[in-house]
Amino acid sequence: MLVLENVHTHYGKIEALHGVSVEVNKGEIVSLIGANGAGKTTLLMTVCGSPQASSGRVILEGRDITHEPTAQIMRSGIAIVPEGRRIFSGLTVEENLHMGGFFNTKAEIRKSQDYVYELFPRLKEREHQRAGTMSGGEQQMLAIGRALMSKPRMIILDEPSLGLAPLVIQQIFEIIGQLRDEGITVFLVEQNAHQALNLADRGYVLETGRIRLHDTGKNLLANPDVRNAYLGG
Amino acid sequence: MAAHKIKHALFCALITLIISYPILGLNLEAQGINVTLSGADAGTLMLVFLAAVLVFLFQLFRDHIMGKVRALPFLQPSQREAMAENKRARIESWVITGIVVLALFWPFFVSRGAVDLATLVLIYIMLGLGLNVVVGLAGLLDLGYVAFYAVGAYTFALLSQYVGISFWMSLPIGACLAALFGLVLGFPVLRLRGDYLAIVTLGFGEIIRILLNNWTSLTGGPNGIGGIPEPTLFGMEFGRRVKGEGNTSFHETFGIAYSSEHKVIFLYLIALLLAVFTALVIRRLMRMPVGRAWEALREDEIAARSLGLSRTAVKLSAFTIGAFFAGFAGTVFASKQGFISPESFVFLESAIVLAIVVLGGMGSQIGVILAATAVTILPELAREFSEYRMLVFGAAMVLMMIWRPQGLMPMRRMHIELKGQE
Repeated sequence: MLVLENVHTHYGKIEALHGVSVEVNKGEIVSLIGANGAGKTTLLMTVCGSPQASSGRVILEGRDITHEPTAQIMRSGIAIVPEGRRIFSGLTVEENLHMGGFFNTKAEIRKSQDYVYELFPRLKEREHQRAGTMSGGEQQMLAIGRALMSKPRMIILDEPSLGLAPLVIQQIFEIIGQLRDEGITVFLVEQNAHQALNLADRGYVLETGRIRLHDTGKNLLANPDVRNAYLGG
Repeated sequence: MAAHKIKHALFCALITLIISYPILGLNLEAQGINVTLSGADAGTLMLVFLAAVLVFLFQLFRDHIMGKVRALPFLQPSQREAMAENKRARIESWVITGIVVLALFWPFFVSRGAVDLATLVLIYIMLGLGLNVVVGLAGLLDLGYVAFYAVGAYTFALLSQYVGISFWMSLPIGACLAALFGLVLGFPVLRLRGDYLAIVTLGFGEIIRILLNNWTSLTGGPNGIGGIPEPTLFGMEFGRRVKGEGNTSFHETFGIAYSSEHKVIFLYLIALLLAVFTALVIRRLMRMPVGRAWEALREDEIAARSLGLSRTAVKLSAFTIGAFFAGFAGTVFASKQGFISPESFVFLESAIVLAIVVLGGMGSQIGVILAATAVTILPELAREFSEYRMLVFGAAMVLMMIWRPQGLMPMRRMHIELKGQE
């Protein structure tokens, strides 16, 4: 589905990713964990083409998207839930969702909207409310819902658990599992390593711009190095 | 606590004295070639002193007074919110239709000066609505908006002078050329935001003005361009004598006595038509996906891009459409004045249009229309205090920012209820 081959990414002269290779297969949940500043978000941004990789290749469904503009990449069956939610706080919940389906027909938007409301009944209740007035958990649901509006085949989540209560995190992760069951490929980037690896089919550990470990989720959870570094022993 | 309050009140009273005494209490008088300074009469000094005492007392009992004011029933927002959304929308559309109909017949009953002023108001409404797209909706702070206004006005003036093109032909050409300039300005500023964007657009506005000022061979420089023709109605002119070839005159065709008022009213009606057209088109755009894209980009650029929106396309469309309507307004302005010079397109014009958008409430069309009316008419009404006009204007701005920081009529989220859905 998504393949990164030996990707290097620079911010100006500073290299943030030193040759990263990641593979996400169709229909699985892949988690990427790592400490602050390891390059997790950079890796995602490289997939989205902003900044573009300075060398290496990014391949989405067999198509080389390394040098495609962001707008074009984001319209080809891939959706991202950006770090920190980034909902349009001045717009209503419904308008936020419609933005997610910007390039779809009205009938498609109606259908995806019903689907999102079914997934998150809470959003339906708040349909005409300004999105910025909702709680953090609701905003995260909206961010995920908005990403789903374009009917993506693959969804990328950047730290969906950031700043949320444990109960809400639980709920969000359940939804992510549900998405996989419906056939959407999930690429999950998390600091909350325990839950991310528990849910994932496979996992990668990123350290200072390099992939350190790569294994199934269960194995990584049991790995003593991972336990020490990310799960508090 | 009390001592602190008294100190604060004294300080405020002192500031009042310091500001108002030199302005009101000292007069410059010309005696021959010398200018002498003389004190004002005792009455004025008493007033200044009284004002200071008033400020002192108000500051001393401010909490008490403001508490009382806030308790007044008509300032309670909750009761106004109570009206159902769709009922409100219906009333609103009726009121707007009523106002437009009234505006159609109104000029036949009032003085020539009033109609002239109303035409100016309508021009500012067009400008405000256009800038509202760029600043209010797309969130791009444009301080050089007057440049597009100038492009529209000069396009008409130059085309009529050199090619002899009429108002109606020039209207779309001027608007499109202004839009083209919007596009051209849009490209270099795509990556800029906020303050930086403001500075670049400010520079652009000045470049256009200075260019018009110095390109003497084409634009006549500071002398401006005169003799700009008035619009015609299906080939009928409004002057006493027919100037254009093949044209007839309005009063002869209809067999009525010539009156210079016809022309003024006709111009007013054209401006009204164009202002309504502007409002309707922009209202339509706001409800279309492109309108939501502007707002999304204003709210969060990264999120908008993550949804596959192209930053370039969205920003350029906002700039282009905003500039288009400024071109409209410029053409009408040139036609109304009959004479234009770079003097008419100074930075202050940009600032006034921006003030209209901010005062009206970013993104709100009705707010912008109200503010354009207020900003244009108030200085005219306050002609007697012309020396204090800017002072009053400034004070009004400050008060607005304190009491209604979102503008006169903040933008409401529109939503359309679908019948039979629930």
